[in-house]
Amino acid sequence: MDLLRVQDITESYQAENGEIFALDHISFSMGKGEFLSIVGPSGCGKSTLLSIIAGLLPPSSGSILLDGQEVHGVDPRIGYMLQKDNLLEWRSIWKNVLFGLEVRRQVNEETTRRARRLLQSYGLWEFREKYPSQLSGGMRQRAALIRTLATSPEILLLDEAFSALDYQTRLTVTDDVYRILKKERITTIMVTHDIPESISMGDRVLILTRRPAQVRELLEIDFGPERTPLTCRGDPRFSRYFDHIWKELKSDG
Amino acid sequence: MDRRKSEAPAGLSKERAEYLRRKKARRRWVLCCQWGLLLLLVALWEVLARLGIIDSFILSQPSRIWRTWATMFVEGELWLHLWVTVYETLVGFLLGVLLGVGLAILLWWSDFVAKVSEPYLVVLNSLPKIALGPVIIIIVGAGTEAIIFMALAISLIVTVLEMLGGFRRTDRDAIRMAATFGATKSQIFRKIVLPSNIGTLFGSLKINIGLSLVGVIAGEFLVSKAGLGYLIVYGGQVFKLDLVMASVIILSAVAALMYEGVVLLQRLVMKHRATTE
Ligand SMILES: Nc1ncnc2c1ncn2[C@@H]1O[C@H](COP(=O)(O)OP(=O)(O)OP(=O)(O)O)[C@@H](O)[C@H]1O
Ligand SMILES: [Mg+2]
Repeated sequence: MDLLRVQDITESYQAENGEIFALDHISFSMGKGEFLSIVGPSGCGKSTLLSIIAGLLPPSSGSILLDGQEVHGVDPRIGYMLQKDNLLEWRSIWKNVLFGLEVRRQVNEETTRRARRLLQSYGLWEFREKYPSQLSGGMRQRAALIRTLATSPEILLLDEAFSALDYQTRLTVTDDVYRILKKERITTIMVTHDIPESISMGDRVLILTRRPAQVRELLEIDFGPERTPLTCRGDPRFSRYFDHIWKELKSDG
Repeated sequence: MDRRKSEAPAGLSKERAEYLRRKKARRRWVLCCQWGLLLLLVALWEVLARLGIIDSFILSQPSRIWRTWATMFVEGELWLHLWVTVYETLVGFLLGVLLGVGLAILLWWSDFVAKVSEPYLVVLNSLPKIALGPVIIIIVGAGTEAIIFMALAISLIVTVLEMLGGFRRTDRDAIRMAATFGATKSQIFRKIVLPSNIGTLFGSLKINIGLSLVGVIAGEFLVSKAGLGYLIVYGGQVFKLDLVMASVIILSAVAALMYEGVVLLQRLVMKHRATTE
């Protein structure tokens, strides 16, 4: 069965000066361990979609199913990482990483061991006593990711999580993150503005139309099992996917 | 701040040592000048009074102020009035802070309550609270309570507005981040909003301690039973200008010490936070 089903989601924002239709009957589903990239024109409703899946925003209609069951509100099986790292300046890296567990009252020996292991494998263990202001952008982003992973989500939502990084750092961080997620078999949805990034990481790319967003196409990306985000960029199929997505987005105006 | 220091290499470079030495020398020079200026002014005051150029009956003079202090000290009066004023100020201050922060939390919590009370806060904030003096005295009686109420009236609304403003300026993305983990409103307040506003809190404490003192002195003027404010009013009425001056100087020292107390507290809290969080 599908791990996650997004079923007929529609959303409109109500404001004093009118109504904004953001999402128009969006449906798709994902299996365990799959990586889905979402691209679409800016302002089309990508963040809105993630917020709904994360349970931060109730949909106007439609439903989100996890393991076949409808979810309401924030579910501990779903982790959501925002564009800004939002590390708390007054907490050490270690305390920042434990933040999510603390909020969920899940700080115990087992979870702290997991957090420690995550910090160790992503090269942040030596920095655990430091404060966010003493870390580079790439390190901060990794710390923020660990904060989310420490809560052991089955599904991870990334909203332009790497767009604040410089190009070099971004390539290495996305490569790292990809490995982490595949190794832990975490189902991931990543919103990005960067077409190459969407191809290099995604098993599928969901292309959305202009607002109100509809599913324009769900594109299968196939580079074979040995792919990593860095190696597949050299594959001849890469530029074909790129051209295809580019055309789809452009024809939408 | 301490963190940055620890990053510096153990052996200081020559330029750095020189820079630090200069900085220190300059600080010392400023301090010297500050004290020197004070001494000079006091001496000038004394000399001009002795020469009869200024009227020491009206403006008093340092040696007479000194004698006034000595008498007050011997008669135990000094401590009594000093204690009364400090006590009233501290009680008014603490009540103002607790109630003010409490109300600010309530208004942050409930948008509806905040909207409803907005016009009241605006009016109360612009009202000169001293005008309430007679009303307060009639309601709670002409005693310590009235004075503490006065201090409270002056500092409360400012605290509420200051803290509420700080709470509302809390980084929205940080709150959103906490929400992604399913944080409750109370968790968001304790883990994000409050820690983000430690600076606001101390800023408001610093304003408050001064305002409470203003309220207490105004209250003592009205109630006229004890305290530095009472001494000043009494001294003025019976033309004991030495007493007025002596009290005013003690009052400035008290105000400065209380302010420094808050600064010290802030430093302790910041240090504590840097080591425990
Ligand atoms: N809280 C809100 N209230 C009203 N309108 C909103 C709200 N949030 C978003 N919108 C509107 O809904 C539309 C979709 O917003 P959303 O942030 O989901 O787009 P996006 O695809 O993530 O954009 P971007 O590419 O810029 O990140 C936009 O037109 C936006 O103005
Ligand atoms: Mg967005």
